[in-house]
Amino acid sequence: MHTHLDRLEAESIRILRETVAECRKPVLLYSIGKDSSVLLHLLLKAFHPAKPPLPMLHVNTTWKFREMIEFRDRTAREKNVDLIEYINQEGVRQGTDPVHDASRHTYVLKTQALRAALTEHGFDAAIGGARRDEDPARAKERVFSLRGAGQRWEPRKQRPEPWGVYNTRLAQDETLRVFPLSDWTELDVWLYIRREGIEVVPLYFAKERPTFVRNGALLVRDDERVPLEPGEKLVPKMVRFRTLGCWPLTAAVESDAADLDSVIGEMLDTRESERAGRIIDLDPSDSMERKKREGYF
Amino acid sequence: MKATSDTMVGELEAAAPALAARLAALENRDTLRFAMCGSVDDGKSTLLGRLLAEAGMVPDDRLAQMIRDSKKHGTCGGGPDYALLLDGLEAEREQGITIDVAWRYFGTDRRAFIVADCPGHAQYTRNMASGASSAELGVVLVDARAGVVTQTRRHAAILAMFGVQRVLFAVNKLDLIDYNHARYHAIEHECAQLAHDLGIEHADAIPVSAINADNLVKHSPATPWYTGKPLLEYLETVRVDRKVDAAFALPVQWVNRPDHKFRGYAGTIVGGRVAPGNEVVVLPSGRLSRVTRVIGGSAELEAAEAGQAVTLTLADQIDVSRGDVIADPTLPPEVAAQFACHLLWLDDTALLPGRRYLMKRATHTIGAQVTEIKYRIDPDTQAQLAATRLGANEIGVCNLSLDSEIAFRPYQDDRRLGGFILIDRDTNATVGCGTLDFGLRRDRNVQWQQLDVDRAARAKIKGQSPRCLWFTGLSGAGKSTIANLVERRLLADGFHTILLDGDNVRHGLNRDLGFTDADRVENIRRVAEVAKLMMDAGLIVLVSFISPFRAERRMARDLIGEAGFMEVFVDAPLGVCEERDVKGLYAKARAGKIANFTGIGSPYEAPESPEIHLRSDQESASDCASRVVKILVD
Repeated sequence: MHTHLDRLEAESIRILRETVAECRKPVLLYSIGKDSSVLLHLLLKAFHPAKPPLPMLHVNTTWKFREMIEFRDRTAREKNVDLIEYINQEGVRQGTDPVHDASRHTYVLKTQALRAALTEHGFDAAIGGARRDEDPARAKERVFSLRGAGQRWEPRKQRPEPWGVYNTRLAQDETLRVFPLSDWTELDVWLYIRREGIEVVPLYFAKERPTFVRNGALLVRDDERVPLEPGEKLVPKMVRFRTLGCWPLTAAVESDAADLDSVIGEMLDTRESERAGRIIDLDPSDSMERKKREGYF
Repeated sequence: MKATSDTMVGELEAAAPALAARLAALENRDTLRFAMCGSVDDGKSTLLGRLLAEAGMVPDDRLAQMIRDSKKHGTCGGGPDYALLLDGLEAEREQGITIDVAWRYFGTDRRAFIVADCPGHAQYTRNMASGASSAELGVVLVDARAGVVTQTRRHAAILAMFGVQRVLFAVNKLDLIDYNHARYHAIEHECAQLAHDLGIEHADAIPVSAINADNLVKHSPATPWYTGKPLLEYLETVRVDRKVDAAFALPVQWVNRPDHKFRGYAGTIVGGRVAPGNEVVVLPSGRLSRVTRVIGGSAELEAAEAGQAVTLTLADQIDVSRGDVIADPTLPPEVAAQFACHLLWLDDTALLPGRRYLMKRATHTIGAQVTEIKYRIDPDTQAQLAATRLGANEIGVCNLSLDSEIAFRPYQDDRRLGGFILIDRDTNATVGCGTLDFGLRRDRNVQWQQLDVDRAARAKIKGQSPRCLWFTGLSGAGKSTIANLVERRLLADGFHTILLDGDNVRHGLNRDLGFTDADRVENIRRVAEVAKLMMDAGLIVLVSFISPFRAERRMARDLIGEAGFMEVFVDAPLGVCEERDVKGLYAKARAGKIANFTGIGSPYEAPESPEIHLRSDQESASDCASRVVKILVD
């Protein structure tokens, strides 16, 4: 009998193969986080011994941790996968401010940039690592999620997916978002990383890092672009991250968990959900659904 | 000091192996997929939310958010509304209903649970399909005050149709019947009867109260007469038969050809086991070969079994494509193109027999039509009702005909090889889903006659390529006039032609047909079939039909074949056509004497990319005809 992880793995591989078999020009959205690492691992398994027949796309907001970018480049090189980096140059030129206007920053450098990248390259299907357990708004999204013109999500017009038989047919201007990890939980992801020995960005493990506190969030200063305000000072602390994003928008947690087992152990005891570390989601409770309708992943 | 630090080290040393053991246990736990359903006010979301909270599986920040939201949207007078832990969409909060299947995930050290939380509202019955299709257990909520109601029957019937063989009836709101044992016992009996009537093998029941957390995680003192397991323990321990066929079968999903040296067939095994050296048959072609390698991820496997995603290589260079099924040749799946099936209709536009859809099943997509609705099933009584169409949420038993044969197993033996969806060719919507019950042998009785003289031979002695010119446009746009001119010129040039005119065909071949949706489809189908026969005779066929709907013209194109079909759009504005009104029909329609007249009471859907586009209000009929002849002859 197969274990829970076996079944999740097989289903995700089936979804990846289905995407490649049915879509004209698919792409894998690579965000460098642990879910992306799992996704890439599954992609390599799905098409072995062939090289994955699709590229990876990283939408870079230019505010990612430096360790993330190093990890990204090394991974693409070692795994021999084509990597496309997309930066919304116009947005960067205008200058967004992740500190004082986080929602605009996310909208311009993430949502808008992703839409532009997909359109520019003509990708008809974008595979992402989002999981349904991350947020109530994601609980109802399909594995193959149809996006209309403008890449908008219409929660009321979703296609049923009985038996995992996916309808991938598209009209002009329509695209698909595909979520092979839909049925995984955060715990599943970590257990699978452990079982398969998948490498993840070291930021997930506790280490002494230069921290400061702003608006109640514990931040790790990754570069000089954000000046410290009066009263703020850098304090070295043992911290790690549960989720990775733009550094000024990603809160760290104090932790001694320096290896994989301790990280999972801490997670099993924790009483706070994963996205709570993301400053951008703290607005009204509906913020995720609203962002999705606008075309956010 | 020393003692303290020794103790700490000791604790740490003890904790690490304990953690490692726990992680190993978690890594090896199994899954239960269940569908949760019930009528709209039975308190389904509340039950699930409360179960998760009681079991300590809801993070603090999400609990806090729920308590905040309860004050704004809650239905518990500002007190904690556990349903809000689950309802994710703005619209459903505003409406207070759960409009779509929501997927929930939780787990204990024993088992991981994947829950399809199905909508209770009658109009969203169709949304249960996704949830029920993958469920190993159905949990049906019953309101203790009402007992088994219509929606309970409908949900149980859908679970049964989707092959869910174990159902748990959670009899909720027991507090509102004062934990009355006799009343509970009567409901339990009703539920068992319902399951029996539907052919569900195993039925269980648990008395609960979501509001008071009775029998969710712990035995409730309020129900001393209940000796079974509380809900969570039941879910952790219930045995479910994952029915997979014993014989090996793998629908080919992707042909992996990185270079000329390697050719592998990737897919997920739906039944049985496979190992290198096994003989296999490829269906529907029937070619035989032998497995040389079984690859799982990057590893060479000694064997693989149902549920695993693998890549196989074969000993022989044979033609295998996506959609084919590689199988055990001693117990192969059947091959058929005609089926008896159960069909659940999902779309607001009704199913019409004879209309052409796409069917997707496992890894295969193919043209399909429902040739006959045998009967519709009454959701309340399971009675068989006569039906000519199926509306949204209705279930029927139908005959299904595919464009070519596929390898399949009946749904009750194999969900993956027997479960399908139907897709509308125009809207691309998933309009229906169903189960292949058995193959119809019709094909074997009506063999295709082996024809020695074929279309190409007949066309050759006429010195032409058979074509179908399909003239479409409003009444009065000039279709018949132009088609007549085209035919005359072709004849003059020595071509062999035939003209099929809408009005004339309706006087003869199709005089039994009216103007209902079903009759319109049949009208076009017959004309397209006749046109196809005449093309087989080697003729150039001119069809002059208003054919206002894209779907109809698409059907004709599909039947006739892309290669020989040319859509000719005779385009003139409605005003111009109405002014001409050669037959006086517009006047009658305006006077209300003709219902559904195209352009007045019924729409005309202009072609999006016709092969030929004529503007008959700007060019003369003669010029239009010349253009058509020129394009055809060139």
